[in-house]
Formats: sequence, C-alpha cells, structure tokens
Amino acid sequence: MDQFAVKVFVKLRPSVLDPAGEATKSASIKLGAEGIKSLRIGKIIEVKIEGNGENEVRAKIDLLCDRLFANTVIEDYEYSLEKL
Amino acid sequence: MDNFTVGVVVFPGSNCDRDVAWALEGCLDIRTKYLWHESSDLSDVDAIVLPGGFSYGDYLRCGAIARFSPLINALDEFVKSGKRVLGICNGFQILTESGFLPGALVANKNLNFICDDVELDIVSSKGGWFNNGDEKHTIKLPIAHGEGRYHCDSDTLKKLVDNELIALRYKNNPNGSSFDIAGITNEKGNVLGLMPHPERACDETIGGTDGLFTLKSLILK
Repeated sequence: MDQFAVKVFVKLRPSVLDPAGEATKSASIKLGAEGIKSLRIGKIIEVKIEGNGENEVRAKIDLLCDRLFANTVIEDYEYSLEKL
Repeated sequence: MDNFTVGVVVFPGSNCDRDVAWALEGCLDIRTKYLWHESSDLSDVDAIVLPGGFSYGDYLRCGAIARFSPLINALDEFVKSGKRVLGICNGFQILTESGFLPGALVANKNLNFICDDVELDIVSSKGGWFNNGDEKHTIKLPIAHGEGRYHCDSDTLKKLVDNELIALRYKNNPNGSSFDIAGITNEKGNVLGLMPHPERACDETIGGTDGLFTLKSLILK
C-alpha cells in the first residue's frame, strides 16, 4: 500500500458572488494594501490516504471531491497529490 | 385521515423540529412523529418535514453532511412514491445538497444573519402548497438565516421558470437570491423547499397565521 498526501482546493465558481471575499478585500484596502484587483476565499482540505498506486487514490479523491468536498453547483475544485 | 402522521426529522443540530411539531399538533391537530436521522424506516409516516437548524453544525457546507444520513438515503423512494416532503431553511439546504431540488444556498449577499418578517409573492400553485383559494397572492413569513441566498445557473433558472417550479419570491430581496427566489418545488410538486419558516407563523399572538396553509397542505394527496 502506498500512502499519499492530498491537498484539495475548493473555491466558489467565478459566477458565484463571494461576499466574504468582498468584505476581506474591503478590509485589505483599509489596511493600506494597494493594487488588489480581486480577492476570493476558498477552502483547503488536507487528506492522508492509502491505496494501491496513484490511479486508485485519484479515483477515490475524485469521488470525494465530486460528491462531498465540493458542491459543483457553486464550487470548483482541484487537488495536488504527493506520495509519502 | 385521522391516522395521518407527519414525520419530523431530527438531525444533530436541528433546532426547529419542536416548533414544527408544535405547529402541526397544537395548531392543526395533525399527528407527528420525530424521526432520528439514523432511521431509514419511513413506513409509518405519510409526509416528512426537514426542519430548520444547523444539522451537523453546518460543517463543510449547510446540509452537506446531513445528505449522507440513512434517513436522507431512504427519502428517494419516499419522494418517488409521491408522498410530500417539506424542507424548511436548513431542510431546504439539505434538499438542494442531496439533489432533490436544483440549485444551492450560499452566504447572504451582505454577510448578515437576517432575522426578519418578509413579504412573499406566491408564484406557482404547483403542489398546492400555497394556493389557498382566495385572492391573497402575498403572504408574510419570518426568515432567520445566514446562508439563504439561492443560486443557480441560467439554464436551471430557465427550467424553474418554464416549468413553474418557483413557489415563492421575495418582494424585497433580503439576501441576494437569484430571481428573488425564496422557495421552489420539484417537477411533481410533492417536494417543497423554502427559506422562510411557516411553522413560526401559525398563531396570531406570535405574529400571524400565513404559515398554516403550507403545513396543512402536508396532508394533501
């Protein structure tokens, strides 16, 4: 069995308004940061998972992302995978 | 009809389950039964309410974890049989997360948790949830949510409009919902999800009775 460290990034789709991102952008500007054109907030989910090879693990992570980690009506996801 | 029983689902974190049971039993004399989320036996209930609250602490996304409970797994067959399911607030979020209703509910546009009474237009009579036979096309119900902004893509919105699936629209959109949507039904009309709380508007002394009809319509065939 191989063990992998997976980092899943979940973010709101570009078409979905991100009010938390807008509020944080506004605070960033108040802090004095210049030049911020856009600020959107997402989530990172870190998973350690075992499986027989990368393909099997990718299949499991795809299922988790599609069915649980992200709601694909409003969110996109991508992930990186590192063999431990 | 005397034995008609409405199942009120209880998730860890539900907090409107008792209000729903109070409104059904106390105001409408309709028998209720609490259904723990781990139960998958729906054989002795005739309709189901998914009440408001914060199921599973709203972790990950509102309704996302509740979707995997044994009870929600058993709901598919219940819905297909034509029996009625009402999802209120967190119940509506669960119905969208589990795919019984299209779209999703996301954080309110202004990020506030909104607790208020809102005026609503009754848009469709599909399922008979609001069509109370008189000329009143506007009702007033309480809302209480932080993540009640209905979102869907333009194709889904077109389907909702074309098939008359939009049940309720806000008169003064409080949360930024697409097309002012406050509640929708499935195509058959036996599943209704809405953000406002009809169970909190069932007695004149606590602010109105505009929610009575919707709860009463659970017993419709």
